[in-house]
Amino acid sequence: MSEGFFDILLTTLLRTVKDVAPIVLLLAFFQVVVLRRRLPQPRRMIVGFGFVLVGLALFLIGLEEALFPIGETMAAQLTAPEMLGTLGEKGEIDWRNYLLVYAFGAAIGFATTVAEPALIAVAMKAEEVSGGAIKSWGLRIAVALGVAIGVSLGCFRIVTGTPLPWYIIAAYVVVIVQTFRASKTIIPLAYDSGGVTTSTVTVPVVAALGLGLAASIPGRSPLIDGFGLIAFASVFPIMTVLAYSFVSSQIARRRSPAIARGGNSN
Amino acid sequence: MFFESPPSYSLVEQVQRPLVKRLARPLIWALRRLLVSLRDLAPIILVIGFFQIAVLQQPFPNLVGVTVGLLCVVGGLSLFMQGLEYGLFPLGETLAQSFASKGSLLALLSFAFCLGFGATVAEPALIAIAEEASKVASEGGAIPDDAEARSSYAFNLRMVVAGSVGIAVLIGVLRILKGWPIHWLIIGGYLLVTLMTVFAPAEIVGVAYDSGGVTTSTITVPLVTALGVGLATTIRGRNPLVDGFGIIALASLTPMICVMAYGIVI
Repeated sequence: MSEGFFDILLTTLLRTVKDVAPIVLLLAFFQVVVLRRRLPQPRRMIVGFGFVLVGLALFLIGLEEALFPIGETMAAQLTAPEMLGTLGEKGEIDWRNYLLVYAFGAAIGFATTVAEPALIAVAMKAEEVSGGAIKSWGLRIAVALGVAIGVSLGCFRIVTGTPLPWYIIAAYVVVIVQTFRASKTIIPLAYDSGGVTTSTVTVPVVAALGLGLAASIPGRSPLIDGFGLIAFASVFPIMTVLAYSFVSSQIARRRSPAIARGGNSN
Repeated sequence: MFFESPPSYSLVEQVQRPLVKRLARPLIWALRRLLVSLRDLAPIILVIGFFQIAVLQQPFPNLVGVTVGLLCVVGGLSLFMQGLEYGLFPLGETLAQSFASKGSLLALLSFAFCLGFGATVAEPALIAIAEEASKVASEGGAIPDDAEARSSYAFNLRMVVAGSVGIAVLIGVLRILKGWPIHWLIIGGYLLVTLMTVFAPAEIVGVAYDSGGVTTSTITVPLVTALGVGLATTIRGRNPLVDGFGIIALASLTPMICVMAYGIVI
């Protein structure tokens, strides 16, 4: 942080405001011209909006100054051939040499997802709307596990160089099968959590991992093979959330058979 | 029990008591918020610390900067969460109620489209991915290899993605009004993605799959979720859990379809 903390804060705040400006204009237009209704507690809402902007700016600064550089360097170091000990036998890639990369992918995918503000928002809303039947923390852990599995499998795909669509389409098939076995109340939430995970915190670190990995493996192009990790990270959470709901309803059923069956049937 | 004042005060404390009392509640509130944020960020800190020290066996670079950065992240996340409860959630719910009571379908649907379009068109992640895609396309020979062709390709791609998110939010809102089950829309979308993967140029597939993830910005997600849940709560016969979620899922599906369609047409 050499160029002065407040300069960085101001620049990031301005950037955040610029990103949000179209939405604010749109909201103001509809509120004033179309709906013409007074907002309840307008001061509180404006203060809240200010909190969101300043909070997000601070959050981004902290990530960019502290976490992203380390995460990206780490991804580069872990995927470097010297680290993996794969120099020498050129042209031959053994996927077992990259176990450390899969482990790092899973761990960082899990950790960044738990900190994802958009997911926190959706999980808060889900707990509120379901009257506590869906636990915010449980949902977030389930999503994070999904991202962990997705990212490490995505790294495996980059190492082996197998086509991306096979994995994604196979994952879709599993999701469709699970959908027909799942309770109706969890399905929209599960689908949503797939889209939410790939946001502010997860994308930069995971993308750096993918690009670093594709660049260090002979025969892989970062341009073609570096993409796709994000897609993995958005399909697998759907599976784990559906599985989480299945497991938690099974546990509830075992504890009190009558209530659980009644609650599940509608 | 957190807010009870201590039973007795000395003379000095008696003088200061009103101030202390006024400060105690916000302070305890802020501390609890910060603790929750710290818990959310603990996994990242642990993962990065573990890999840095145990696996890569390197000391932390710039420890002071990292600590300041982490404090920013914790403080920023706390402010953001408070802002959600004060600003974004009530705003989304109020909008939903206002639109429902106004009863104009046209106003609601045009708002939905504009919200999706406006939130996506200026998204930095989308701008980055569009530029990347234009490089892929010019290397693959799909467009002429000059700067002008690349920038117009990137611009058109951005418009396509933003438009597709607009359509997704519109369909998502329409679905809540009509009570369509989400899984048919999503499964239909998956089938379309699978089908188009076969016909789309190979270079665009990875970009297309990743573009689904860029549409979910940290400010849009809470707003759209609150809007959806608010609509499903206000409209009779809709269940907020079954009908309220799902807009984000659609918004991460349509860009994949539209980007691949764009790749096929160009």
